[in-house]
Amino acid sequence: MTAIVQVRDLARDYSMGSGAVHALRGVSFDVNQGEWVAIVGPSGCGKSTLLNLIGAVDTPDSGALTIASQRIDRMNDGDATAFRLRQIGFVFQRFYLMPALSAAENVELPMAEARLPREERRARVRELLGYVGLAERAHHRPSQLSGGEQQRVAIARALANRPALLLADEPTGELDAATGLEMIELFRRLNRDGTTIVVVTHDAQMAAAAGRRIQMRDGAIISGGLA
Amino acid sequence: MPIRLAVLALWRHPARTLLALLGIAVSAALLLDMVMLATGMRENFQGFLMLKGYQLRVAPKGTLPFDSDATIDSATALVAAIARLQGVTAVSPVLGAQVQTASPVDSNVSAFTLGLFPNVQGDYELLRGTDLSDSTSLIANDRWLAATGHVLGDTVLLAVGYDPQLRTVVGQRRLVVRGVARFFYIAATQPTLAVLLPVLQAMGGRERRDRVSLVMVKAADGVDPEVVRARVEKVSARVSAISLEGATSAVEQRLGYFKQLALVLGSISLAVGVLLVTTLITIGVNERAGEIAVLRAIGVAKGSIVRQVVTEGVILTGVGALAGIGIGLVTARWLERILSDFPGLPATFHFFVFQPRDAAIALGLLALAGMLAGIYPAWRAASLPIAGTLRREAVA
Repeated sequence: MTAIVQVRDLARDYSMGSGAVHALRGVSFDVNQGEWVAIVGPSGCGKSTLLNLIGAVDTPDSGALTIASQRIDRMNDGDATAFRLRQIGFVFQRFYLMPALSAAENVELPMAEARLPREERRARVRELLGYVGLAERAHHRPSQLSGGEQQRVAIARALANRPALLLADEPTGELDAATGLEMIELFRRLNRDGTTIVVVTHDAQMAAAAGRRIQMRDGAIISGGLA
Repeated sequence: MPIRLAVLALWRHPARTLLALLGIAVSAALLLDMVMLATGMRENFQGFLMLKGYQLRVAPKGTLPFDSDATIDSATALVAAIARLQGVTAVSPVLGAQVQTASPVDSNVSAFTLGLFPNVQGDYELLRGTDLSDSTSLIANDRWLAATGHVLGDTVLLAVGYDPQLRTVVGQRRLVVRGVARFFYIAATQPTLAVLLPVLQAMGGRERRDRVSLVMVKAADGVDPEVVRARVEKVSARVSAISLEGATSAVEQRLGYFKQLALVLGSISLAVGVLLVTTLITIGVNERAGEIAVLRAIGVAKGSIVRQVVTEGVILTGVGALAGIGIGLVTARWLERILSDFPGLPATFHFFVFQPRDAAIALGLLALAGMLAGIYPAWRAASLPIAGTLRREAVA
C-alpha cells in the first residue's frame, strides 16, 4: 500500500500568556492511498490541530509532514495555498458555504480559483451535485438548504479539484442523527469510489464506519498510529 | 469570481452600501466641482479673451488692460506701426472713459464708454439695431437703456466730465442710439456705451487727443503670438504687450486663492472618500473573517482575496463617483450663480466649466482612492491566520 500521508514526530505548541500549550507532542502515523481514517479523542486532545497541520492551514513547530510526496511543513504560504487548492478537500463542521453564492457557485469556486475552463467547471459542478444527490438544488442559496444538504454541497466543493485527500472536521457535528447517518453513507460511498479520507469526529458511528481509528489523548496518539 | 464576490459582499448590506455610495457621491461631487473650479477658470478665461480672436493686448507700460486710467499717447502712429508688423492681421485700438448723461431731462446716469472702430472691434456683440457708422452713432447695452429710459433711435446728450469751476459739463456730444449690444468684458450690471474712437477722443479734449487705453492685436494663423508680442514691444518702449498666456497667468496670480481653495477642498473630499470606503470595507472584512478564512483554507490565494476586497473599494467609489458627477454638475451650476453675482464680473465669464477631462480626472482620482481605500482592509483580510480564525469562528 502507498502512504499518501506520512506524519513524523509532529509537534505544535500554542503560546498562552507566559506559558505554552503543547497541542501536539511528537505525533507519527501514515495514511494509505484509498484509506478512511478517523481521528478520535476527547475535546482538546489535538485532533483539530492535527487536521489543520495535515490540511496545510497551520505549520508545525517540529517534525515532518509529507502528503502526496510533498513536504508540507517546508512550504511557504503561496505553495501551501496552491497545494490546498489542488490536493486537499476540506469539509468543516459548520459547512462554511459562501452565503451569497448558490450551491453550484459554491462548488465552482475552487475550480474558478484553479482557472479551469468555464465549460469544464460547469460539467464538473453538475457531476458533483449529482453525486451528492443535489442536482435539483444547484441554484439554491445555502440559506434555502437544510443542514444535511449544505454539508453535501460542502463535500462537493471539497471534491471539486479532485484532491488527493479529503479532510473532514466533525462533519456530522451539526446534523441530526438521521442526517448524520446519511452523511456516513456518503463518506462510505466516497471511500469506496477511491477517495482517501481523514475525519476528525466525536461521532461513534462515523468512527466505526472508518477503516481505521487513531485514538488521541493530550496531544499524543495512544492507538492506531505507527507502532 | 472576485468581482462577483465583491458585488455580492456589497449587496449583502444594501442599506449600508447605499449610504456609503451617497457619501462617496457627495465627496465625488465636491471633488469634481473643485477640479472644475481649478482648471475651468483658466480654460474659461482663455476662451473669454479669445472671443473675437485677439491674442494680444497692448497696454501702457507696466499696467494691465483697463487696470488704471493710464493711456497710450500718439495712438495713431502706434496702431499704424503695429499693423505693419509681420504676422499681424488686425489691430483694434480702444479708449475707455466714463461718460454721463448731460441733458437736464435725463436722470444722471454714468456709463463706461468704449471708443473703437466697429470693423475691427472685439468688445461687443450687436443684439439689435445697426452698428456704429458715423460720429453721431451710439451703441448701448440694455442696462444703460433701462437706467436712462431711452430706446433705439433716441437722441441723447452725453458729456465726459463736469468742470466744478465753470459749473458746467465738458466734452458734450449729441448722439443717436443706433444699436443695442452685449459687451464681453464688462459686467452685465454696468451701464455701458460704445462710440467711434475719434468721437470719444474728441469728447475728452486735449487730455485724450490721439490716446487709447488699449490696443488689441490679432496674429495670423500659424504665427506664434509670443513672436508677435516681442515685435510689438520693440515698436514702442511706452507699452507692454501681453499674450493670452501672460494674461492668464496674471489673472491666475490674482485669483490664485480660488485654486488653492479648490485644491484644499478637493484633497479633503478625496481624503474623506478614502476614509469612508476604508472604514466600511474594514467593517465588512471583520464581519466576514470566517468566510475569508474558509476561502483561504480551500485554496483561494491571498492575491484573490486582495483583488476581491480592493474591487469592493473600486466598485463603491466607481458607482459613487458616477452619481457624484451628476450631483457635482448641479451644485456647480448653483455655485456659479452665487459667484457670478460677484461685483464687476462680465456676464460671459464662468468659474465652473464642465470638460470631459475634468470628469475623467475626478473619476481617475476616485478610482485610485478606491484602490488605496481597499489596501488596508485587503491586507487585513489576506493576513488573517486561517486556523486561528476558523477556531474562533467555531467557538463563536
